[in-house]
Amino acid sequence: MKAQSGYFRRQQFSRMMLVLCGVATAMVILVLILILGYTLVNGISYLSLDFITQQSKPVGEAGGGMRDDIYGTFILVGLASLIALPVGLMAGIFLAEFAGPKMASAIRFAADILAGVPSIIVGVFAYAILVRPMHTYSALSAGVALAIIMIPVVARTAEESLRLVPNSQREAALALGISRWRITLGVIVPGAVTGIVTGIMLAVARIAGETAPLIFTALGSAFGVQGLTQPIGALPLQIYRYALSPYSDWQQQAWAAAFLLVILVLGINIVVRLVSRRKKK
Amino acid sequence: MPARVGDKIFSRLTLFFSVLMVAILIALLVVLGIDAWPAIQKFGLSFITSIEWDPVNEVFGALPAIYGTLLTSLIGLLIAVPISLGSAVFLSELAPDWMRRPCSFVIEMLAAIPSVIIGLWGLYVMVPFIRSPIETWLGSNLGFLPLFQGPPFGVGFLSAGIILAIMVIPIITAVSREVIAAVPLTQREAMLALGATRWEMITRSVLPYCRSGLVGGVILGLGRALGETMAVTMVIGNSYALSPSLFSPGATIASKVASEFNEASGDLYIGSLIELALVLFAITLLVNIIARLLVWRTVSVRGTGE
Repeated sequence: MKAQSGYFRRQQFSRMMLVLCGVATAMVILVLILILGYTLVNGISYLSLDFITQQSKPVGEAGGGMRDDIYGTFILVGLASLIALPVGLMAGIFLAEFAGPKMASAIRFAADILAGVPSIIVGVFAYAILVRPMHTYSALSAGVALAIIMIPVVARTAEESLRLVPNSQREAALALGISRWRITLGVIVPGAVTGIVTGIMLAVARIAGETAPLIFTALGSAFGVQGLTQPIGALPLQIYRYALSPYSDWQQQAWAAAFLLVILVLGINIVVRLVSRRKKK
Repeated sequence: MPARVGDKIFSRLTLFFSVLMVAILIALLVVLGIDAWPAIQKFGLSFITSIEWDPVNEVFGALPAIYGTLLTSLIGLLIAVPISLGSAVFLSELAPDWMRRPCSFVIEMLAAIPSVIIGLWGLYVMVPFIRSPIETWLGSNLGFLPLFQGPPFGVGFLSAGIILAIMVIPIITAVSREVIAAVPLTQREAMLALGATRWEMITRSVLPYCRSGLVGGVILGLGRALGETMAVTMVIGNSYALSPSLFSPGATIASKVASEFNEASGDLYIGSLIELALVLFAITLLVNIIARLLVWRTVSVRGTGE
């Protein structure tokens, strides 16, 4: 009888703790809803066509938009991809197809460590190797900083997708007498293309929202986009500046810019996941 | 044979880019070391132990920033670990099948939100709420503790810690969920057959089995928290204080670098900021290496165990 009531109490305790686990999950989801909700509601109230098509205006003048910063973000992401994709993809191919086990694990380790370096440190690095010698903040230095963040992500996801291509395909192609590099580029990479593109898009979504490495590389620009060796604006950078400014007009613009950035970043994430899930089925 | 030549060129090319990736990592360390050298030479070890930061007289010390980095990360983990473990247990052991995917998806989305947007939300939505009621309540009820003394600013260590918790929860949850899923079913069945309740099964059989993977996930989260910049810079208040009170505004290494680098002038000032970055680099490097080794070990245990 006593043992039975002990068991009952243990069951009660178990049930309570399991409910708490559910509550923890609900809390996390609630936080996401709060962040997205405030961003969407605050952002949409300022958003207009002008905000996307107009240049920013100096303090005191109402209105103005973030056309140049939106443009700048696309340029920086494009530039970073241009640098990071060849490096990341080739490194991924090496890891999956050519490296011996010891070599592969050493390089994989380095890639994981590089991916874990705080982005602000990458910004300091880009400042030291490009901004300082060239005596100017530039789109180029910001692109390099973003590329360094992107490379290990692309390399690791490319490697993982390439490994999923069945060995029988490699063997079949080899049996036809085709050389390995043509097999890799003509058979294996196309076979893994969904996974590789997924990885690239997720990396793009990540660097599109990066701010820390841009503060002392891109700097921001009041004169629009003027070429790769000049300072350039970016959406996340402008959110940071405007959010910390004392002007309520600018703060509202920060929310509107955050709205655009959230749509961009989460949009890429959601589309990519839906597409890759359908492929798996 | 020409085919062989093509193969050789191609594999060398892929090797070259892999080595380039490793070279970037090494270059990061070397370049930061060189640029920090004026500060390293001038201050030596006292850089780590000094609390002064005086650009006018060119005296720089890192202690308050290191303290702020460790304190905010600690607060972040204290909040994030129980919530993350709870969610991971819920998602892998309890949730009905139809709930698992959407819930995991939503938590992954939280990880994807740019840090600057979490900072914006933190500054305008969360900080006022922290100031009152949270800090005023803590101050009047637990004010006898040095932790909760001083005026409630809202911005400060506490807010930064909570923001960090929000940012590392998705990471810790994802890793924990994965290592919990790797625990063999037989472990659970054996425990249930002995008459354990589900909670006892989880705490005495499942979690101990994947302990090192869980620790790895937590340390991975720590690595992220230590280097997190934008959101923290926006809510920590940017004062260079070594205060025991969680209400006090402060700075972390990352926030100090982010907020001062552009205004810094002179080799010594810039060198000191770069040395700060180097200290952060060293800490995160160590933490990430430990985390990787731990997570890898569990994964390889799983590989041989089945």
